[in-house]
Order: sequence, then C-alpha cells, then structure tokens
Amino acid sequence: MAEAVIQVQNLTKTYGPRVAIDRLNFQAHKGEILGFLGPNGAGKTTTMRILTAYMPPTAGQARIAGFDVVDDSLEVRKRVGYLPERVPLYDDLSVLDYLLFMGKLRGVSDVDARAWEVLERVGLAERADSFVASLSKGMRQRLGLAQAILHQPEVLILDEPTIGLDPTQVVEVRDLIREIGREHTVLLSTHILAEAQQLCDRVLIINQGRIVAEDSPRNLQARLQGGQRIFVAVRGEVGQPLLQKLRSLEGVRLVETPAPDRLEIIAAEGQEVRPQIARTVLESGYDLLEIRLAEMTLEEIFLQLVGDNAPAAKGAAEAPHTEEA
Amino acid sequence: MHTTWIIARREFGRYFATPAAYAVAFLFLLVLGILFYANIEASAMRSFMMPGYAPGVEIIINPMTTLLVFIVPVLTMRLLAEEQRSGTIELLLTAPVRDAAIIVGKWLGSFLFVAVLILLTLLYPLALNQLVQPGIDWGQVASGFTGLLLMAAALTALGTAISALFSNQIAAAIASLAVFLALWLIGYPASAGGGASSVWQYLDFSSHFYDTLARGIFDTRDIIYYLSVTALGLFLGTVILEMRRWR
Repeated sequence: MAEAVIQVQNLTKTYGPRVAIDRLNFQAHKGEILGFLGPNGAGKTTTMRILTAYMPPTAGQARIAGFDVVDDSLEVRKRVGYLPERVPLYDDLSVLDYLLFMGKLRGVSDVDARAWEVLERVGLAERADSFVASLSKGMRQRLGLAQAILHQPEVLILDEPTIGLDPTQVVEVRDLIREIGREHTVLLSTHILAEAQQLCDRVLIINQGRIVAEDSPRNLQARLQGGQRIFVAVRGEVGQPLLQKLRSLEGVRLVETPAPDRLEIIAAEGQEVRPQIARTVLESGYDLLEIRLAEMTLEEIFLQLVGDNAPAAKGAAEAPHTEEA
Repeated sequence: MHTTWIIARREFGRYFATPAAYAVAFLFLLVLGILFYANIEASAMRSFMMPGYAPGVEIIINPMTTLLVFIVPVLTMRLLAEEQRSGTIELLLTAPVRDAAIIVGKWLGSFLFVAVLILLTLLYPLALNQLVQPGIDWGQVASGFTGLLLMAAALTALGTAISALFSNQIAAAIASLAVFLALWLIGYPASAGGGASSVWQYLDFSSHFYDTLARGIFDTRDIIYYLSVTALGLFLGTVILEMRRWR
C-alpha cells in the first residue's frame, strides 16, 4: 500500500484539565474516504482542527503528505482543504468574490477559471453574483465545500458536511464527496451512521477522545442489516481450517476472531445458521463452550461503543484482528 | 507580502460595503466641518480687534487628533473580533498565510481607510488658504498631516491588536478607546507630579504631536515614537493571534 497521506501518532489535546483527544493513532491513504464517527464532544472537531494546522496538539504527531502540522504548518495548509462545522463564509461578499478571495489567499493560479469550475461542480454557478448572506443553508454548505476543493488539495477535511441539508441536497453532497474521494484523501466526520456506511472506505468510531473501534463499512453494513450475530466460544485456539469451513457455510456472511478462542459470526438476514455452526465446530475437533445469539443493529453497536458501558467499549477497542468473509 | 496585500485590499473594500464605516466617515467630516466653520467665524471676529491676525492650519489639525481617538476604535473593532465571532477565523488560520500577514493585512486595510479620511480633509487647508492673507504655512500642513498619518498608523495598529483579543466588536471598541485615552492622558499626571517622570512623558501620545508635528517641526524622535507604537501593536496582534491557536 502507498505511503499514508494522513499519519496520526499518539495525538493528544488537552484544554486545561479536560482531555479532548487521547493518544489517537490512525492513517489514511490516497483515494480513501475515512469516516470519523462519534457523538458530539467526542473529539472529532479537535482532531480535524489539529490536522488542518488550526491549532497545535498538546502531544503526539500528525503528518499530512509527510509534513508535520506544527513544524511545516504552511506546507500542510497548502495541501489541505477544510470545511469547518460552522461553514464560515463572508456574508458581505458575492459567491464568486468569496471564492476569488479564498483562491487568491491560497495562491490558486488562474483563480477565475478555477472558481467557475468549482461553482459548476457544486451547482452554484447561476448564483455566482448573489450575496453569500442570501444563500440557503444547503447552498452555504455547498459553497463551503467549493471553497475547500478550490485549490485542489491532496487532503480534504470535512466536519459534518451534510448537517442541516434537506434529503436531496444530502444526496448531492454525498455524490460530490464520493467523486472527490476518488482522487483525494477525504476525512469526514459525521454522527449519521448510514452516511458513514455509504461514503466511507473505513470508519473510525471515536468517543471521549479515544478510538473505540475501527472497521470497514462492509463489516458495519453486515452488522447494520440486522443479520444474526452469533458469539461462539471454544476450547483452545481457533485454527485456519475451522475458519475456512465456517466461512464456506451457507448463510454465513462474516467470521471474526475477537480473541484466539472466540468467534463472532454474522449470518445473512433471515438465516438460521447456529446448528451448522455447532456441528462444524464439533466436527473439527473443538470443544464447544458456548454459542450465543446477539442481534445488533449498528445503532446498538454504536451506542454500546460510545456509551458509558466501559467493558463493551474496551472489548471493541481490543478487537484489532478482523477478517472479512 | 502578497497575501498581506490581498487581506488589506479585502479589509479596505469592506469599509465601503458597510454602512457603519460610511456613518463614521460622515460624522468625522461633519464634525470637522462644523469646527472649521466655527473657527473661521471666531477668527474673523478676532481679526477685527487684532488686525493682522490670521488662523493657522492648527484649527483643522488639532481637532482631528481628538476625533481620531474616537473613530479609530469603531473602525478597527471589527477587524478580528468579527472573524472570531463568525468562525471565519478558521478559514484564515488554515489558509497558507502567516499570522503576521493576517495582522499586517488587517491593519493596513484599516489604516488606508483612515488615511483616505485624513487626506480628504486636505480640502480644509486649501479653503483656509483662500481665506487668509498671505496664505497659510504649507510646511506646517505637511508636518501636521504627516503627524496625523503616523498617529493613525499607531492607533489602528493598537486597535487591530485589541480586536484580536475579543470576539465581540463592542467590547473591542470600548477596550481600544480605554487604551487610547490612557495613552492620550498619560502625560498629564506626569507633568503635574514634576519633571521626574520623563518616562510617562515620553509615552504620552499627544505631546509627541502637539509640541512638534502640529507646529511644523519634524523631529525624528516623534516619528520613531509613532512607528514603534505601530510596530508594537502589530507584534502584539500577531502574538495574540498565535496564542489563540494554543488555547
């Protein structure tokens, strides 16, 4: 895999005694859309502000395209497009003038042509002469996005990009992000689970400043669709042959090993696979200690991860080894 | 340098887009006009009793300094406070622009606007020149207006720095006015207490103007004083902006 465009190591930020983010570690690669999922106050915005060189971290390191956000902050800022949560725009300017100002500030060459190109892309070209103050919430959001992609940044950081939009606009903005995500690295935050699933290649679930789970949307999807979720405990370490057999069972969507002697199996919707699983485990020579059903939607997983249910959150954080079926 | 200029042009242009700036400019010119008229009338009366008496250009320059102390806070209050209130500061601080360039650009935009106001009032010396025999002392006009521009540079720089401390424009304006008045009056208690407090005397904002530049005397000490206050304001503004990042 190519070198990570976003590299975050032990990133920590404290505001006085309050720890906003606590030793975060993650990476994002070129052409990847990484989702940041978590409740309000989880530390999403703080992380994004550090990555955009808006504020320095208290400890730890963050690099964008190889440049440190503190030591080479100007280089970082050249390479990052940022849409803050509040979508800051200058109300006294026209849509076009706003983009021209931001473009000049960022040193965009041929800023006129580029501003029009971006306006076309976000569907605001016919409002180019309107004052920013007269735009609807959805249009403001799209103008904010236009501003973020104006200088063709390598990394796009979007804080709640679809918040406050109507359903049609949400679809439009998501399409736009998906399109941008093909060429650039996108880090977006959201607290809408479905959005993270639709858009992101990978999702980080963050709560109280910590990453409590990291998963691919395929896994999340499997969980969301409400198929049976089955926990299996066996005696001894689970070997590859058993995993292969379980995965080939009809109706089994996903097999994970949260611990060497534990299995977590997700079945396709409406399928009863427990008898086959039990049989397969026994036939492979393992002692079956437990087989238990746990149906969960992603919402429930999310709530469990981010709730004050510490053991559950801890367990999820310690489940690094995830294999897709 | 380039980005500084982009920000300065934007700030300068913004004054012409806001009614408040027009109101301030209108008030400034109106008050000056009234004072000018009143002074001319008083001088006309006086010249009956003292033949040969003619008012100098100080009747225009002296009230302008007082007016600057009151209008500059209104013109600089918005510079950074409004960006901080509306969140647009996040755009500026994540654009590839140095903090100093933001402060200097903001200051330059407001200074240029005040400079335009000051230069507009050059009409009054021209008018006065027509009214008095044998005309006015243009050397005094040159030094007086240089002094006004230097004073405006220093006041706008301090106003910019103070604006960076607040996210409420009114608070920024009141704080700026308080600082300006303190600088303006700092020499008075010093002179009352005797000659020992020359430091306070040196820091006094008004004496650097009234004693020299307003009378047609170019003294490098006064020019250096105003330029150092300007530099100090810009430096403090940059430090304040940088500190906001670390909070």
